[in-house]
Amino acid sequence: MIRSHILVCAGAGCVSSKSRLVKEELLTRLKLQDLTEEIRVIETGCIGTCDLGPVLVLYPEGVFYQKVGVEDVAEIVEEHLVRGRVVQRLLYKEPLSEEILEKMADLEFFRRQYRIALHNTGAIDPDNIEEYIARDGYFALGKVLSEMTPETVISEIKQSGLRGRGGGGFPTGLKWEFAARSTSSTKFVVCNADEGDPGAFMDRSILEGDPHTIIESMAIAGYAIGADQGYVYCRAEYPLAIERFVSALEKAREMGFLGENVLGSTFSFELELRVGAGAFVCGEETALLSSIEGNRGEPRPRPPFPAVKGLWDSPTIINNVETYANIPSIILKGAEWFNKIGTEKSKGTKVFAMAGKINNTGLVEVPMGTTLRELVYEIGGGIPGNKKFKAAQTGGPSGGCLTEANLDTAMDYDTLLSLGSMMGSGGLIVMDENTCMVDIARFFLDFTKDESCGKCSPCRIGTTRMLQILERIVNGEGIPEDIDALEKLASFIKDTSLCGLGQSAPNPVLSTLRNFRDEYEAHIYDKRCPAGSCQALIHFTINAATCIGCGICAKHCPSSAIVGERKKPFSILDDQCVKCGVCVQECPFQAIERR
Amino acid sequence: MSTVTVTINGQTVDVPVNTTVLEAAKQIGIDIPKLCHLKDLNEIGACRICVVEVEGRRNLPASCVLPVEEGMVVKTHSKRVLEARRMNVQLMLSVHPQDCLKCVRNQNCQLQALTHDLGVREGFPVDYDPTPLDQGAVIHRDPNKCILCRRCVTTCEQVQGVTILGALERGIETVISPAWHGSLGDVSCTFCGQCVQACPVGAIYERNDTQIVWDMLNSEDYVVVQVAPAVRTALGEEFGLPAGTDVTGKMVTALRRLGFNKVFDTNFTADVTIMEEGHELLDRIGKQELPLLTSCSPGWIRFVEEQYPQLTKHLSTCKSPQQMFGALAKTYLAKEEKVDPKVIKTVSIMPCTAKKYEAERPEMKDSGFRDVDAVLTTRELALLMKQAGVQLDRLPEEEYDAPMGMSSGAAVLFGQSGGVMEAALRTLLAAYPERVKLVQNDGVSQVLIDGEQVEVKVVSGLSQARQVLEDIANGKNTAQFIEIMACPGGCINGGGQPTVMDPELRQDVIAKRRSAIKDLDKAAAIAGSHENPAVQRLYETFLDHPLSSKSHHLLHTQYKPKVQDPVKNSHYDHTGTGAN
Repeated sequence: MIRSHILVCAGAGCVSSKSRLVKEELLTRLKLQDLTEEIRVIETGCIGTCDLGPVLVLYPEGVFYQKVGVEDVAEIVEEHLVRGRVVQRLLYKEPLSEEILEKMADLEFFRRQYRIALHNTGAIDPDNIEEYIARDGYFALGKVLSEMTPETVISEIKQSGLRGRGGGGFPTGLKWEFAARSTSSTKFVVCNADEGDPGAFMDRSILEGDPHTIIESMAIAGYAIGADQGYVYCRAEYPLAIERFVSALEKAREMGFLGENVLGSTFSFELELRVGAGAFVCGEETALLSSIEGNRGEPRPRPPFPAVKGLWDSPTIINNVETYANIPSIILKGAEWFNKIGTEKSKGTKVFAMAGKINNTGLVEVPMGTTLRELVYEIGGGIPGNKKFKAAQTGGPSGGCLTEANLDTAMDYDTLLSLGSMMGSGGLIVMDENTCMVDIARFFLDFTKDESCGKCSPCRIGTTRMLQILERIVNGEGIPEDIDALEKLASFIKDTSLCGLGQSAPNPVLSTLRNFRDEYEAHIYDKRCPAGSCQALIHFTINAATCIGCGICAKHCPSSAIVGERKKPFSILDDQCVKCGVCVQECPFQAIERR
Repeated sequence: MSTVTVTINGQTVDVPVNTTVLEAAKQIGIDIPKLCHLKDLNEIGACRICVVEVEGRRNLPASCVLPVEEGMVVKTHSKRVLEARRMNVQLMLSVHPQDCLKCVRNQNCQLQALTHDLGVREGFPVDYDPTPLDQGAVIHRDPNKCILCRRCVTTCEQVQGVTILGALERGIETVISPAWHGSLGDVSCTFCGQCVQACPVGAIYERNDTQIVWDMLNSEDYVVVQVAPAVRTALGEEFGLPAGTDVTGKMVTALRRLGFNKVFDTNFTADVTIMEEGHELLDRIGKQELPLLTSCSPGWIRFVEEQYPQLTKHLSTCKSPQQMFGALAKTYLAKEEKVDPKVIKTVSIMPCTAKKYEAERPEMKDSGFRDVDAVLTTRELALLMKQAGVQLDRLPEEEYDAPMGMSSGAAVLFGQSGGVMEAALRTLLAAYPERVKLVQNDGVSQVLIDGEQVEVKVVSGLSQARQVLEDIANGKNTAQFIEIMACPGGCINGGGQPTVMDPELRQDVIAKRRSAIKDLDKAAAIAGSHENPAVQRLYETFLDHPLSSKSHHLLHTQYKPKVQDPVKNSHYDHTGTGAN
């Protein structure tokens, strides 16, 4: 008789903070206490609170332990599992209210979520197909094969209003319909798991935490469009996802969910995993297909669209991991149910990967239309150090920033586009008052410039030139013509690039120019970084009124840039200062200012 | 076929469905500028020069890959379009060496022309990390000049089926290169030079050997020159004459005035080749492995050696006319002219880049010296002549020198695909009427040798050649004698021929070169190789008979599966001693 389950998060985040050692220690301790018959330890996918890892959830109580080290395990076993006393010091404290919370369900982070795509992630052992089946896994595939025609499947997906979760937001059902309409005897189903946006990791977490849902959905898609072969294209940087997915494939095959005559029907479907070398551009669908074919990952012009001419010139549908993760629930619960969630034109939920200057870094799934404020302040627990919110970047390097003025706007595809940003894959990078927006634009452009495939000249050379200008500005060498030059280059690149990567590459610059033009101007005209972040533009000065001339700062200065006579105010030689900030930390009288 | 009506610059035009906007614009006389586009070959939308404005579209799509749609309204030169094109060129120039004056393609460069035509007068500061040049083989690459249009890549892959060029790295560091940033000499490059012809700029070009020839001409050596058949109908283009102008006589005069001691014709050894190869065929029929594959084209030879080494036994043992010429010049000619072969230097003018490589092959020194000392392309000959101030069209016409300047009409046909076959059959039918017969069977001509039907075949372009080799390897080949030339259409379209800047004019230019070759055959006093009195005399006084032991020694070689690549282990031999 098992009296307690311990879920150990084994998402890649927790694994890298050594959750597997915690699990080993748990097993050892349980054995020592002779509790292995009563207590089961289960490795799950990502629970979502990546910043708090390693994370344990103890059932039946649902107690949530965070930042658990190997050294804490003995206490958890002794106190919680033997004596039934919750280990207070390992509980979570809400950053804003400072309230200590015992149960996972009470955390604001989890309370406000609505999990469809993530409903199994963090809740089951991804390596155990029975656990997936126990939570209605493969029931949707069964329903489709036994009760539905390909047409009714497509019509259900169309009616649900599901839109692509990978960035573009194209209606999924419509895409399927295009491919289904083709009379070609060979068609393909592809899953885009080449998640490349900096800070986004929902696709990885789903593959790691709930691989069978992707297998099931792709089989449904294959049935709907008339394909018997699918490919999952995953980047090599996701070894755990690859390992779990490959293992899931084998188990699905063994149980007859893949292969010839799936579940005894006339439908056959095979699925193969292709590992990409991690080029960002391979997330662009035509480049992804090129890479699956064994060629260099480079986009090609559209039309023809993949639904007409895709993999090896056959009709192909390509959907993102998160999109697929919604399919089984839609099939089982119906389009009408899904339709009620979200906003008018953006149905269902969206998974956001929250990162940057936010207390609860991690993965959350919320209904479309949730406001940025709810995400940042309620689910995300606000900004560390109670600093001021400045902006949030959505859509990764192809998106734009939302400002304080946008905090109460509903997050859905169309609203974000109207604000000059985009949903993208759901990366949400929060910035506070100390983040320099020019530097953020430079960061993203540096990324896209590096990731440009090099095929078309506007993206290849244009982003390089834009980056040079941005580097000049953050180094305090900007000239008045730079803003105009940036805008001209940006509109040229958007207008003429071959693929979506190039066409959206200038977005972070345009978006910050629109919302934070004053910061650009301060860098260029005043040689000042308003956020105090750009090294070249920071200056340290000693306030003569508060300096008592103790000389502590001069003693600690690594570049001998501080001079003065004892008991008289010291001063800083700007040309020798390396801007390390040590003096500010060392001054007992807060007499050193950073500007 | 159903049509679509589109409006371009206010004019409506009906075009078939699936026509691109670029093609549709052509119908109303608008030539949208472009760099990467090669019709039906390289339609990849990479350079973005051909962008146009389409009503209802947010961005500016590339017209070369944009299919027309009913009711589409297009502007091909709006302010926005022109500004985008200019900025694109400015960006390309910012990563491009600014040495147009010293560039091999100066005044024959599509980027230069486009810059001029768009009125680009200013731009971004030039800023790029230089990439080292590839000078490891007879074809050189300057990746800095490359605009990444991929025309060479597609040509190498799809026209030639060789596939040794591709894109490496990404973003601003992207470079077109053989694998692992290697040299063309490190890979299975055939040196056919079709990439050179495909390049819109000066990023890929043949090694310049003109100085070597100048040095020879300024020495005490006895310098003889041979000119390949396809050169005479193309050289005029370099001097502004219409494509297809035969400049044989003027070219002979020019060469003589440049200072060559003797001006000879590769056609002479083309005739010798027919004598040798014809007999080889007669000899092989019923005895040795067939098919017999021709061996005049060094790019093709290298292709077999690199890609199908097990099939080299099918290659004719005949050296190419260029190499036969070199071997005979340093033996037969030396004897005839009583010149010490040590001081004879042989220069050949070829429509070909691979001939430079062929001349350097280590086995090509059966005369006791390096058989061919220097090879210039048609383009390099034009340079040599321009440096000497030659005004080609004002020169009188002179004759080739004897004895190696006399040739048949059959020989000049070597300059185009099908010519070797025609020349061979002409001689075999006329010289061996008992053994070789041409019969008409249901309107189809059939060749019978010793009563057996012999299937012959003519193929050009290496992807076609690959198919032939695949068929041989798989036992599907039925032909007994196959002529193969590496370049599509043969030597008239060789890698060393004058570059046609506008790719759309290229096929027309090649057709004109071809028809000029045919005219030369028709006008020739001697039809068949066996009738050439100079060739007859060569056999009487020197070689004895075709396939004699002397001709085996001098004119034949054995192509074997390659053990060591001569290109990787040799350098151009400036001393001309043949000692590699």
